[in-house]
Amino acid sequence: MNDQSHKWIGKRTIRPDGADKVTGRAAYAADATMPGMVWGKVLRSPHPHAVIKSIDTSKAEALPGVKAVATAADFVDFPVDTPVPLGIQDMRWMSRNMLAKEKVLFHGHPIAAVAATSEEIAAEACALIEVDYDVLPFAIEIDDALAKDAPILHDFIEFEGRKSNIAGTLEHKLGDVEAGFAEADVIVERSFTTKPVHQGYIETHACVVSVAPDDRTTIWSSSQGQFMVRAMTAYLTGIPQSHIKAIPAEIGGGFGGKTIVYLEPVATILSKKSGRPVKMVMTREEVMRATGPTSGSKSTVKIGAKKDGTIVAGQGTFYLQAGCLPGSPIRGAAGCAFAPYDIKNVHSFGYDVVSNRSKVAAYRAPGAPIGAFAVECVLDEVAEKLGMDPLKLRLKNAAKEGTKAAHGPTFPRIGYAETVEEALNSTHYKTPLTGKYQGRGVASGFWFNAGGESSAQVNITEDGNVVVTTGHPDIGGSRASIANITAELLGIDYDQVSVQIGDTATIGYSNLTGGSRVLFASAMVVTESTEQVIEQLKGRAAKIWGIDPSQVVWENGEARPMGEHSANFPSMSLEELAAKANATGGPIGAGSQSNTVGAEGGFATHVCDVEVDVDLGIVRVIRYTCFQDVGRAIHPSYVEGQLQGGMAQGIGWALNEEYIYDKNGRVDNPGFLDYRMPVCSDLPMLDCGIIEIPNPKHPQGVRGVGEVPLVPGPAAVRNAVYDALGIRIDDLPLSPPSVLAAIDANSRQAAE
Amino acid sequence: MAKIHVSTTINGEPTEFLCDPADTVLDTLRDTLGLTGSKEGCGSGDCGACSITIDGRLVCSCLVLAAEADGHEIETIEGMAGSDHLHPLQRKFLETAALQCGICTPGFLMAAKSLLEKNPDPTETEVRYWLAGNLCRCTGYDKIVRAVMETAAEMREGAR
Repeated sequence: MNDQSHKWIGKRTIRPDGADKVTGRAAYAADATMPGMVWGKVLRSPHPHAVIKSIDTSKAEALPGVKAVATAADFVDFPVDTPVPLGIQDMRWMSRNMLAKEKVLFHGHPIAAVAATSEEIAAEACALIEVDYDVLPFAIEIDDALAKDAPILHDFIEFEGRKSNIAGTLEHKLGDVEAGFAEADVIVERSFTTKPVHQGYIETHACVVSVAPDDRTTIWSSSQGQFMVRAMTAYLTGIPQSHIKAIPAEIGGGFGGKTIVYLEPVATILSKKSGRPVKMVMTREEVMRATGPTSGSKSTVKIGAKKDGTIVAGQGTFYLQAGCLPGSPIRGAAGCAFAPYDIKNVHSFGYDVVSNRSKVAAYRAPGAPIGAFAVECVLDEVAEKLGMDPLKLRLKNAAKEGTKAAHGPTFPRIGYAETVEEALNSTHYKTPLTGKYQGRGVASGFWFNAGGESSAQVNITEDGNVVVTTGHPDIGGSRASIANITAELLGIDYDQVSVQIGDTATIGYSNLTGGSRVLFASAMVVTESTEQVIEQLKGRAAKIWGIDPSQVVWENGEARPMGEHSANFPSMSLEELAAKANATGGPIGAGSQSNTVGAEGGFATHVCDVEVDVDLGIVRVIRYTCFQDVGRAIHPSYVEGQLQGGMAQGIGWALNEEYIYDKNGRVDNPGFLDYRMPVCSDLPMLDCGIIEIPNPKHPQGVRGVGEVPLVPGPAAVRNAVYDALGIRIDDLPLSPPSVLAAIDANSRQAAE
Repeated sequence: MAKIHVSTTINGEPTEFLCDPADTVLDTLRDTLGLTGSKEGCGSGDCGACSITIDGRLVCSCLVLAAEADGHEIETIEGMAGSDHLHPLQRKFLETAALQCGICTPGFLMAAKSLLEKNPDPTETEVRYWLAGNLCRCTGYDKIVRAVMETAAEMREGAR
């Protein structure tokens, strides 16, 4: 959209936090220090599965320089039979993930923590803690965990009447799939696996915590939600939320992985016990072994269509790894998988499977890429069997306003069909491929998006500028977008607006930066606050002029008298009104708090070109475009940034990223050298087709943007590899060894 | 073990510090000297977030021992901008939104500056391979590569 009626919305402004970030000034959690600070370190399990019989910390405590030692016994107990939900988490599992209680459940599972005058002494003390284990057999992969004689992780989990590693299920049903398949002319059924992939944020988890003798607690940490940090720390330590000030440091990437705590409550207890501020910073190896990732999966999808391309039935079964404690994103997999399509008969089933791996954390549209991978790969084959263009098959079945989705809602105005149309009409899609082993793949995806709780305060400074405070860590440029909106509404210059992220004592409750919710929700509360401020400004001008406030308009950053008074008074600027604020009623400012609704889902369609080196098995992405309905691009550069980042992560998931375990149940590649995320030389430019179908339920038309661009990626890449090689590889990643093996198997088969 | 005394120059300032034998330059910059602009993403030389130059050579400061810095000149991100002006790369990164979370940005800027000093007219491929030692998880590198190419063009124009 090229809407010229806006001065700031849609402009590529310079982000308010930019200069700090390009000069090294921006303060991330690990950059913080406090006077008298000591260092915390965690002792981690050497076994993937064992009963903890006893922990003896006496030798560690006796080491000179050690200030405190903590184990699970120092924290609030959450018995396994009493659920304590907090958002989508459960404190029973959070507490056991933070520090092992009855059992260690994965290699690297935290057991105890030490605070000492240096990191080295803390590490030395950890090694002096004596833990007596009863080592148990372990299960890493889904099939191992589901085997008849599988080691059971949790005695309290039962499925179908017996102890099991299936911790939960979720089912979506629409229509009658059996009747649907009976109508089908073409049916394709295929099974897939995907590996767990890490969120891969470059900043490791870090915090500094200071607890005063009266329990007043200050937490400086890197997270996707300072209020989440406050709540979880309060739950786990027993310190009331009112006593905890959680300060959001700049966050060095999260992608969902920083929506839970690992360190903050531990540092809090260490600080409380030692009487000193405590700093904890994870190493990259600790991050890879014991945080995130998202689930690995196995799934089977069956889709039936009529000759004319009408999809008549879709069925999916998705097994997702939860890691060692319940809670995999089966809702994202089972719920989003078929959502782009208007299918009358859908049956989607998800299983939450625990095994001896680190507990999964959210990762960008949690679960949705797993569901989309299976469905979009099967659709590719359905299109081939029907002799139909794969995008035209999608367009024919596209969900639109009024479509009833299997996961519940009836869609309002959505832009899915437009993403497919734009892809079909794009130069990219129309440009023929040239190389022998080049191929093109397409795929679509859906993500729910989220609204939820947000707070904002808009204050006019004494010199007539504006400070906006919100409550969500800015992870991808949201401050710039909020400044665009505020400047637009007030009719003032962008540079007059400063946007701050408040700590938990400064701004009202605001839910996580997650679910693609931040700009959607914060724009709503910022708009409400700014509109109240404008009313105040009009009132102040009316008071000065001695006329009724209804006779004042706010335009281009000025109060202006209207009607019969229009010629009587010169208009007043923000600066002039601010200077007179105390004489006209006091400081000017307004806040708003809301549980926002109306986020509505987001859709994207990707087109990917690859070239395969058939001698080495290397797949190179040579062109990639993401077409996405973004509602309204408040700041197009940062919208593109979300799309491009999502594309790159999808390519990494498809081609290289995976956790590799050794035979002892340990992660064998816990670093950036062997856990191979895309580097600059792996990728081409990443093109964006931004489509703006404004969200009718949002004042600026915003839809969530950040998560959808990951969803279609793995399938688009895999379908492109099929187009290049004529081989359908159903197991991710399509790493060189796996592609070579597929080529070899195919040529052997051809020779036989 | 006794501390080691090191004399060096950091961003043009003669600087002395004491370090443990096992301390890296990165540890010293961040924990001893308060120069926290260089970031630790991995500690193993794989992410480039701690990129600095020593005697003009681009290195990962997590892979150099602090004691080795004795007698050498170090440049860090803190030395890149003047008090009233940004380096053209810094300005271009802001204008083109070549950063999101910003944790990798100091490393990318140091690496890109080093590239343009050696090669003022790099191709896209040269930029991509030079920056392949710096990980970014947010941007997909697109805007970073464009920012470096555009800055190079402007700096060539300015030098003419």
